[in-house]
Amino acid sequence: MSKELNSGIPTDSEVILGILNNSDSVLKRLYIAYFPMVLQLIINNNGNADDAKDIYQEAIIVLYNKVKTGDFELSSKLKTYIYSVCRRLWLKRLAQMNRYGGDIKDFQEYLSVDDETEKNNERDIQFNKMGSALQLLGEPCKTIIEDFYINNRSMQQICEDFGYTNADNAKTQKYKCLQRLKKLFFQQN
Amino acid sequence: MSDNQLLEQIERYLNGEMSNDERAHFEVLRSENADVNKKVAEHKHFVNLIKQYGERLELEKRLNALHSEIDVHSLEEELMIHPSWIVSIWRNHHSKISVAASIAIFAVLSTLFFTGYLNNKEVNYVKLSRELDHLKNSTDQINHKLNNLNRSGKGNSNPGNFRGTGFAISSNGYIVTDYHVVKDADSVYVQGVDGKSYRTKVIYSEPGADIAVLQITDPAFKSFGPIPYAFKKADTDIGENVFTIGYPRDAMVLGPGFLTASTGFRGDTTQYQVSTPVDFGNSGGPLLDSKGNVIGIINAKETHVEGAAFAVKSSYLLKTIQDIPDSLKGSLNLNSKNILASLSRVQQIKKMQNYVFMVKVYNQ
Repeated sequence: MSKELNSGIPTDSEVILGILNNSDSVLKRLYIAYFPMVLQLIINNNGNADDAKDIYQEAIIVLYNKVKTGDFELSSKLKTYIYSVCRRLWLKRLAQMNRYGGDIKDFQEYLSVDDETEKNNERDIQFNKMGSALQLLGEPCKTIIEDFYINNRSMQQICEDFGYTNADNAKTQKYKCLQRLKKLFFQQN
Repeated sequence: MSDNQLLEQIERYLNGEMSNDERAHFEVLRSENADVNKKVAEHKHFVNLIKQYGERLELEKRLNALHSEIDVHSLEEELMIHPSWIVSIWRNHHSKISVAASIAIFAVLSTLFFTGYLNNKEVNYVKLSRELDHLKNSTDQINHKLNNLNRSGKGNSNPGNFRGTGFAISSNGYIVTDYHVVKDADSVYVQGVDGKSYRTKVIYSEPGADIAVLQITDPAFKSFGPIPYAFKKADTDIGENVFTIGYPRDAMVLGPGFLTASTGFRGDTTQYQVSTPVDFGNSGGPLLDSKGNVIGIINAKETHVEGAAFAVKSSYLLKTIQDIPDSLKGSLNLNSKNILASLSRVQQIKKMQNYVFMVKVYNQ
């Protein structure tokens, strides 16, 4: 495995602390450290660089969520964990595309990681629903909801941005938007 | 209280924006009204989902930004497993290599074909003496020894190690068979159609023509009586209706057919090719034409060609008999009178069956 970038690989505990503290630099070092390993796995097993990007980012998100929710226990090297998740995700993807030939060239040792990718999959479905519900919601509701709930802007600021005469109007508008969003969200299957 | 107001209250409650009084009041409402309580939980969950969705979008944005800093293309070049040079040569030039290989194979095959190498059927050519199973063989040896000890070996009916066919050439006990049948023999017996068995000795052999001459040495033997067939001196023509009789198994078997070539295996001019069905054990059998003249001695067949058997020409038999030194020859007088000429095939066989023998060969 001489083809890894050896400079700036964060230690495993650095990564976990970095994720908990939302550290950009640790995320960057993590991302750069292990991408070549995953790229190597994917491009030598019927995939291209874009597949590698998707799979790798999905794995990083799995790791990120696990660390954030506090149920991440490092039972192996982080490198092995990431490789295993990517391997699992890629096998699944290959099977979906009917490109899985029955064997896979491996470059690292790996563990079995089935359930974790499943959990992430469910969450992805919820997020996809949320994304399309927000699209259907349309403007200005979408921006109001995003500003208030995601970007944590105050009602006062939102009121000014949208030119509402007073904050109460803006609030009423926001609640209407939220009700519609819920409706759109739960209407989807 | 309208939905919106309720929502506002829930939100303020969840965000901890209520005063203590309000909070206590709302908690009472919540505990009394299950509907409100449910809405609180729902709202909390949904708002969390929105927040998480936002975080996910944010994270993806960050990851994409990080990704754009990586030189994926050069990494890809570096990490792709490059096949070995021989595989890349194959991938780049396989059509040319295939054409070259086909031409080479074609050239080799046509060279082999035109030089006659492919006609080499040596392995397919088998002498027709019969080798019996090993087990039987050893039992027979024991029997034979016992018989010898008892001095009652004469007339025993055990089948021998090898078996072939032979036929009488004179009434006083001279029999001809193939050399390969009696080669390396310790003792040779002949057994007639009537089941009588006589001890013989090999008085002369001509390995080049695959001919051996036996003489019955048994005191019990008197005479065959006049031999019904004659021996043809000249070559026989292709298309002649021929037949052989012999002992491929314990009973005498007729093999009818035609003379199909005036030379034998690989152009051997001492032999004919015939289409008679023959098997192991037919070796040494007489080949007769429709008039009942002996025209040859069956000696081999081609294993991979149906109905291609070979017989030594009778002229070589006559020559071999002439070559026998007088000291060994004794009173060998070749029969020259043919009484089969005008008979039907059935009658011919009936007349001659007493002169065709199973040759049983024993060796230790």
